[in-house]
Amino acid sequence: MTAQVVTITSGKGGVGKTTAVANLAVALASGGSKVVCIDGDIGLRNLDVILGLENRIVYDIVDVIEGRCRLKQAMIRDKKLPELYLIPAAQTRDKNAVSPSDMNRLIKDLRTDYDFVLIDSPAGIERGFRNAIAAADRVLVVTNPEVSAVRDADRVIGILEAEEKGPAALIINRLNPVLVKNHDMLSADDVLDLLAVELIGIVPEDENVIIGSNRGAPVAFDPKSRAGQAFRNIARRLKGETVPFLDLDSHGSLWERIQRLAGRK
Amino acid sequence: MGFFQNLFGKKNSANNAKERLQLVLIHDRTDLTPAELDSLKDDLIATISRHVEIDAQSMQIGVEHDGRSQRLVADIPIKSASRRRSSKVRK
Ligand SMILES: Nc1ncnc2c1ncn2[C@@H]1O[C@H](COP(=O)(O)OP(=O)(O)O)[C@@H](O)[C@H]1O
Ligand SMILES: [Mg+2]
Repeated sequence: MTAQVVTITSGKGGVGKTTAVANLAVALASGGSKVVCIDGDIGLRNLDVILGLENRIVYDIVDVIEGRCRLKQAMIRDKKLPELYLIPAAQTRDKNAVSPSDMNRLIKDLRTDYDFVLIDSPAGIERGFRNAIAAADRVLVVTNPEVSAVRDADRVIGILEAEEKGPAALIINRLNPVLVKNHDMLSADDVLDLLAVELIGIVPEDENVIIGSNRGAPVAFDPKSRAGQAFRNIARRLKGETVPFLDLDSHGSLWERIQRLAGRK
Repeated sequence: MGFFQNLFGKKNSANNAKERLQLVLIHDRTDLTPAELDSLKDDLIATISRHVEIDAQSMQIGVEHDGRSQRLVADIPIKSASRRRSSKVRK
C-alpha cells in the first residue's frame, strides 16, 4: 500500500480547511479507505473537536517528533470509523517545533500502512504552511466565492507552482446558490476563470456543517446534507473516480420556489 | 444606473468583484503596480525612439493573462516613413 498524501490549505483563514479535512476523512474512511489525518495547525488545534475526538488525546505530533512517544501512540482511532485515525496538533507549542523534514520523516512511516494521509494546513504562507506541504503528493486549495479568499488562494496557488507542488486543485466552499443566481456572489465559473486551476469540488453553504461541528460529527456522515454530498463526491474524485459536479443552480431555483410557496418572496 | 445605486445597491455586485479581482490578481502575480507599468512605458518609449519614430501618444501597454501565465503586451504605432519624409521636405 502506498498512501496518497493530500494537504488542504488556503492562504486565508476561516474558509473551511479543517471542515474539509474532517469531511474528506470521514467520507474516505466510510468508503473503506484507511485514513490518517494530521492537524498541522500547531498552537491552534481544531481538527480534534471537529472530529469529536478531543477527549482522547494523550500525545500529539510534537511528542512524536521529539521522541516522547511512538507514532502509533499519538494516533487516535475514531470510534465510529475504525479505519480513521487522527494525529493531533500540539496546543502549547508553536509552529517552529516542527520542520518540513520532520514532516517528511513522519509521513514516510505512514505511507506504507494507509491509503490516505490528509494534512490540515494552518492559514498563511509561513512555517506551518511549509510543514504542511512538505510531503504532499497533492494539494487542495480551499476558497470561498469572495474577494479576499480568492485573492489569497491565488497567492498560494502561485507559491505551490513555484515550489513544484502544483498543479493545485480547488475546492470552492460556502457557495450560496441563491446569491449567485442574483448575481451577488461570484459563481464557480467566475472563480475558476480568475484562478485558472483544476476544480475538485463545489461545496454549498449549509447550516448542517455548523450543526455537525457542534456535535463532533462531520456532515459527510449525514446522507441528506448537500455539503455532506459535496464532500463525499470530492472523496471519490480523490480516489480517481469521475463524479459530476452537483447542480447547485437547480437547487437555487428550487430553494427560491420553496421560498415563494412559503410566501417569503 | 446612478452612482449611488452602483455603490450601495445590490445589483450585480458579483461582476464588480470579478472585475476588481482581475486587476488585483494581475498586479499580485507580476509584482507590477500601475505606477511601475507607467515608468516601464516611458523607458520603452525612450529606447524604441532611438531606432524608429513612434507615436508615443497612442502607445498602449498592459498585462494580459493566458491561464495562469502573464504576458506583457505593448501596441506601439510607428510613424510611417513616407509621412516623415514629406514633413521633412515641407520643412
Ligand atoms: N459549507 C459550509 N457551510 C456553512 N458553514 C461552513 C461551511 N464550511 C465551513 N463552515 C464554517 O466556517 C467556519 C470556518 O471553518 P474552518 O473549517 O474552521 O476553517 P479553516 O480551517 O479554514 O480556518 C466554521 O465555523 C465552519 O463551521
Ligand atoms: Mg483550521
